Amino acid sequence: MIPAAFDYHAPSTVDEALALLAEHDDAKVLAGGQSLIPVLRLRLAAPEVIVDLGRIEELRGIREDGDALVIGAMTPHHAVETDALVAEHAKLLALATATVADPQVRHRGTIGGALVHADPAGDLPAPAVALGAELVIAGSGGRRTVAAEDFFEDLFTTAVGEDDLLVEIRVPKHTGWGAHYEKFTRVVQQWSIVGVAAAVRLDGDSIAEARVALTNMGSTPVRAAAVEQALVGQPATAEAVQAAAAQAAEGTSPPSDSNGDAEYRRHLATVLTRRAVLAAAGA
Amino acid sequence: MTRITVNVDGTSYTDDVEPRTLLVHYLREQLGKTGTVVGCDTSNCGACTVHLDGRSVKSCSVLAVQADGHEVTTIEGLATNGELHPVQRAFHENHGLQCGFCTPGMIMQSIDLLAENPDPTDDEVRLGLEGNMCRCTGYQNIVKSVRAAAGGAK
Repeated sequence: MIPAAFDYHAPSTVDEALALLAEHDDAKVLAGGQSLIPVLRLRLAAPEVIVDLGRIEELRGIREDGDALVIGAMTPHHAVETDALVAEHAKLLALATATVADPQVRHRGTIGGALVHADPAGDLPAPAVALGAELVIAGSGGRRTVAAEDFFEDLFTTAVGEDDLLVEIRVPKHTGWGAHYEKFTRVVQQWSIVGVAAAVRLDGDSIAEARVALTNMGSTPVRAAAVEQALVGQPATAEAVQAAAAQAAEGTSPPSDSNGDAEYRRHLATVLTRRAVLAAAGA
Repeated sequence: MTRITVNVDGTSYTDDVEPRTLLVHYLREQLGKTGTVVGCDTSNCGACTVHLDGRSVKSCSVLAVQADGHEVTTIEGLATNGELHPVQRAFHENHGLQCGFCTPGMIMQSIDLLAENPDPTDDEVRLGLEGNMCRCTGYQNIVKSVRAAAGGAK
């Protein structure tokens, strides 16, 4: 199908983009387009104006800033998954990004677009929460920073307002941490039925710190705080990790759909959390 | 209408397009490059895969205006002086197709895959082609073709 007609703007700076969003009431922001263009084609959305961020160079790239990596919102998935800095300091993000859709989509799709789209089955919100990422939002009143845990408000809804843009993702360095993203699907190229993002820091044979967050176990990514606390000080053995992972579904409200009911997802969360933590610990 | 200039298969084109025009429709209907096909219309099947600035993309999920100032390579731009591209030749020699509808996309994605991983295993080929579907389910010979092309490139 062909999208409904729209007016197209391709600004070259963030300020120009913000001015366009302020000027037009029915405008949609186009990042990599790998969710938006299919939605336009199916006419699930028919905005009057498209503001394409593809010509804004300042929104691309990955750099270090002290204890954090700073990733431009328009950095494509493929660049994130193959970047040496991300591999060294935020391996969890690289591993999760490599599971998004398929290679063609990862060449076009962007980290910022995926986070603002906030699909509960998307693979990037959970690692952003697990790693304690901060999201920098530009609006008419200047820039503000929102913690990932506060960024995702509901299904497809974030702290980014209609006239705002996500410009940067700041990821605290987790250098030397083990990481794994365990994604469960029935077939390739599918959205996560459940996914688990895990990062652990070992001290000798035991787990000194753990970060675990879940994909598609609610309308927003869920931090598995009970699992994290239960893992601290434990040996990285199958028995100890299994005992901690048994609490993975606590406080979650997963959906029931054609891929499985809520109870099935609660069970999956415990199994996948065990696998993810063990793999992250290299056990 | 928006004026765009796109280099397609080595030739520069300047055209007026509606912003809503998908790249695949621009290629097929405005430039007559029907070698790139529309399979599913939902971004799943990969039949419309082309290269944009040297990387594979699904041309049903890119607007023609987004390609303004960029380079596109389609299946029609691979052969040089009547000689098939090595990956095209490998698909031909290993019968990497049944009905042939997915073949343009399979070949374009295989070239991208081999550029990143010149000697893939069977599993790596299957994973690298996860965004391309063959509804004849002829995957066995497709994998064989890509492995043969990798061997030929050594």
